[in-house]
Amino acid sequence: MELHNGPLDANEIFGRWLDEDMQSNYGAFIPFVGIIRSEDGIDALSFDIYEPVLKKWFDEWQEKAVGRGAIVKMAHAIGDVPVHTSSYISAVFSPQRRVALELIDEFVEGFKANAPIWKYDVKDGKRIYAEDRSTPMDGAGLLS
Amino acid sequence: MIRVEFLGPIGKAPIEMEASTLADVSAKLKEDTSLATWLDKCAVALNDTMVNDLATVLKDGDKVSILPPVCGG
Repeated sequence: MELHNGPLDANEIFGRWLDEDMQSNYGAFIPFVGIIRSEDGIDALSFDIYEPVLKKWFDEWQEKAVGRGAIVKMAHAIGDVPVHTSSYISAVFSPQRRVALELIDEFVEGFKANAPIWKYDVKDGKRIYAEDRSTPMDGAGLLS
Repeated sequence: MIRVEFLGPIGKAPIEMEASTLADVSAKLKEDTSLATWLDKCAVALNDTMVNDLATVLKDGDKVSILPPVCGG
């Protein structure tokens, strides 16, 4: 797992990930790239991350992946990410394509629901919490 | 004394309090009107591990983190 300030360099990250595991005898490499779309007049999205909990969340997923003979990789941006650049990249390496296709789906959906990352719209220099697109994490409401 | 941190968009400075369980933390945070719209949708971590039980016992120096709704990617 890696965190970068500002937009991700997708070409560099994929190239490096491929170099790391091209010789590891995986038969499938399935990447996912999240790109900031231009909509609702935003200039960028911006992200806060709570790294200690994100690291544990990721390590649990890595254990699940390894249990299926696969590995997961992930990169995410911190701070402002302009439209038409990348904020999130993940990938699965696995011996066969079926496991990789299933795992990338589960991993990306699980990430949306429970990775401790907060998103803001950046409009006219203001940072506005994307509350209507955000999801309470598992166990939310414990203290209410 | 334990420390409570409010993450992401809550935008509130950390506070310290005496609390022996998470139920004590809940009771104290409910007195804070600035948190009224947050508590029912926030999850909780104790020393960076997610927790789900109000009876969880706290000790001096513990860190309780309040995590509002998320949207990565």
